[in-house]
Amino acid sequence: MNIHEYQAKELLKSYGVPVPVGGVAYSDQQAAQVAEEIGGNKWVVKAQIHAGGRGKAGGVKVVDSIAEVQKTADAMIGTHLVTHQTGPEGSIVQRVWIEQASDIKKEFYLGFVIDRGSQRITIIASSEGGMEIEEVAKATPEKIVKEVIDPAIGLLDFQCRKVATAIGLKGKLMPQAVKLMKSIYRCMRDKDALQAEINPLAIVGNGDDKLMVLDAKFSFDDNALYRQKAVTEMRDLAEEDPKEVEASGHGLNYIALDGNIGCIVNGAGLAMASLDAITLHGGRPANFLDVGGGASPEKVTNACRIVLEDPNVKCILVNIFAGINRCDWIAKGLIQACNSLQIKVPLIVRLAGTNVEEGRKILAESGLSFITAENLDDAATKAVETVRG
Amino acid sequence: MSVFVNKNSKVIFQGFTGEHATFHAEDAMKIGTNVVGGVTPGKGGTTHLGLPVFDTVAEAVAATGADVSAVFVPPPFSADALMEAVDAGIKVAVTIADGVPVHDMIRLQRYRTGKNTIIVGPNTPGIITPSECKVGIMPSHIYKKGNIGIVSRSGTLNYEATEQMAALGLGITTSVGIGGDPINGTDFMTVLRAFEADPETEIVVMIGEIGGPQEVAAARWAKENMKKPVVGFVAGIAAPTGRRMGHAGAIISNEDDTASAKMDAMEALGLYVSRNPAHIGQTVLRAMKENGIAVK
Repeated sequence: MNIHEYQAKELLKSYGVPVPVGGVAYSDQQAAQVAEEIGGNKWVVKAQIHAGGRGKAGGVKVVDSIAEVQKTADAMIGTHLVTHQTGPEGSIVQRVWIEQASDIKKEFYLGFVIDRGSQRITIIASSEGGMEIEEVAKATPEKIVKEVIDPAIGLLDFQCRKVATAIGLKGKLMPQAVKLMKSIYRCMRDKDALQAEINPLAIVGNGDDKLMVLDAKFSFDDNALYRQKAVTEMRDLAEEDPKEVEASGHGLNYIALDGNIGCIVNGAGLAMASLDAITLHGGRPANFLDVGGGASPEKVTNACRIVLEDPNVKCILVNIFAGINRCDWIAKGLIQACNSLQIKVPLIVRLAGTNVEEGRKILAESGLSFITAENLDDAATKAVETVRG
Repeated sequence: MSVFVNKNSKVIFQGFTGEHATFHAEDAMKIGTNVVGGVTPGKGGTTHLGLPVFDTVAEAVAATGADVSAVFVPPPFSADALMEAVDAGIKVAVTIADGVPVHDMIRLQRYRTGKNTIIVGPNTPGIITPSECKVGIMPSHIYKKGNIGIVSRSGTLNYEATEQMAALGLGITTSVGIGGDPINGTDFMTVLRAFEADPETEIVVMIGEIGGPQEVAAARWAKENMKKPVVGFVAGIAAPTGRRMGHAGAIISNEDDTASAKMDAMEALGLYVSRNPAHIGQTVLRAMKENGIAVK
C-alpha cells in the first residue's frame, strides 16, 4: 500500500524528522488559505498523486504570491496528471500540498529498503539527490552507499555516521543526519513499511544550514495492515484501479493488461506462466487473475464477471491445477457463470489435479460449449487460435 | 534417499486441530508420513486423529522425538510458531501461511541465525518425498518416485512441471516449494546444495519467477559447485514492471528482476533453460538424455 507525499511528510514529522512547513488543500481557495497560514513569500504547490515523475510532468510549481498559489492550485486540481509512471490516462489530482519554498544548497538521496539478498533493512544513499536512484546506480555506481541494519541490534550511530560521511554530510550536519536516519528507521519498523525513499534530502537555509526532507515516498506491507490501523486509514482508494479493488474484495487477485485473451488461473506462478504461454504463442493476455485456493462457484462467477467487464476480451482461458482447489467446484462455478452472465465469448478450459475426472464430466454433461484443453500448451494454442478466428 | 524429509521423519503439526491441518495430516498419513502428534496451545493432553496434542513444541519434541513440523498457524502468528520450532530443536519447519508480514520474516531470519533448523516457506505448498513424507498442502497423488529434484517459488507451477514430467514417465526424489514471498526461510541455493548432496537425485529443476536476485545467485552457485545438471525456468515473461503479480515477492523493481534477464543469466551460467512454461518436462528429458541419466 502506498501513500501520498503529504501523508509521508506528516508521518515523518510525527517522528521528529524535519520537513517544510506546509498543508494540504482540496480547492484553490483552501490553497490560498493554507499559503497565508504558513506564511513566507515563496511557495511550492505540489500535485498529490501516488506516481512519481510529477516535477517533469508539471505537477510541481514554485510561485511567489498568494494569488499565484490559488491560480496554480486551480489549474492542478481535477486534472489528469500524466507522468512516466501513471500510464497514458494519467491520475486525477484531487488535492495539492503547499509548502514554504526552501533555499536549497545541495540535494541527496536517502532510501530505506528491504534488501532481498541480505534479508534485512538496508540504507541506500547517494550524493546525487533529485535523480532516480536506478539511473545513479547505472551511470555512477561508486556514488551509491549501502549499509545493512541488524534487526536485533537496530541502526547504530556509527552506521549513520558512515553513511553521512560517504555522501558528504559533515560538521554540524552530521548529528542531524544521524538523528534523521534513526528516526526514519524507527518509523519504518513501527509502521511495517517496505520502503521509505527520501529524494531529495536537502541542505537548506542561508548561514544556518539544516537538513530537510523535501520529498518522501512510503510503501507499506499489505500483509501487516491488520496491525496498522493508522496506516490503513491513509489508504486512498481513488489511486487504485477500481476493478482491482473490487476483485480483491472477492478474494481475487486481478491486474488489467492490454490484450484480448482473458485469463482465470489458480496460483500466482501458474497465472504468470499462462500469460507467458499465450505471449509465446503470439497472443496478448487481457489480464492476470489468480482465483486463489478454495475457489467456490461464487468466486469463479465473480472472476468471469470481472474479466468480462473488459470490452477487449474476445475469449477466456481458464487454467486450473487444483491442489487445495477441486476441479468439480471449478466446473460447477463455470456453468453457474455461463448461465447467470450469459457469456458470449468462447471459454477454453484446462483442468488438472484434484477431482479432475469429476470436473471434466460436469463440463461435458452441461450441454454448454466449452473448448477443453489437455495441457498448458494446448490451452494457450487454442486461446490464441480462437482470437485469430 | 531424498532431501529434508523422508520415511524416517517424525512429523508434528502446529495448529494441529484446525481444519486445513486436519485435512492435510490425514492426507499425509495416507501416503505413509509418520505423523506423531501435534501442537495446539490450550488443548494439551487431548488427542486428535488418535494422536497426542501438546501445548508447546518443546513438549511435543520431548514426548515424541519429532524432528519435522508442519506449521498450519495463521499468518499473524506464523513467525512466532516457527521461532518456537527453532527453539525446540526441530530440524525442518514448513509454513504454508500466505500473508506473513515481511518484518516478522526479518526478525525470524535473524533469530534462526546460527541455529540448525531448516525453515521452508512461507507461502509455499511445502515439501513432499513421494510415498514417504508430505509436509504441506500439495495434491500428493501427482508426485511419483524418480530421480529428479524439483524446487520452485510457486506452488501451482510446481504441480504443472511435475505433471509435464510425469506425462513423460519422469518421477522425483523430493519437491521443495520455497514460497512466493520476498523473504524465504530457505532459498534456492540451500535446496540445490541439498540435492547435490543427495545420492538419489541425478538432476534438478529450478522454477523461479520475477523479482529478487536469488535465481541468478543460485545458478552461479550451481555453476561453481554442482556436478548434477540443473534445468531452469522463470515465470513472468509477460509481466509488467512495478506490479505485484499475485505473490508478494513477484514484482519487477529493476531490469535484473525480469524473467528474460534471469533466464539469460541462467543460460550464460550453463543451465538448461526452458523458455516456455509448457516445455519444462521436455527440457528435463533432453538434459537427462544428454547427460546419460536414466529415465525413471
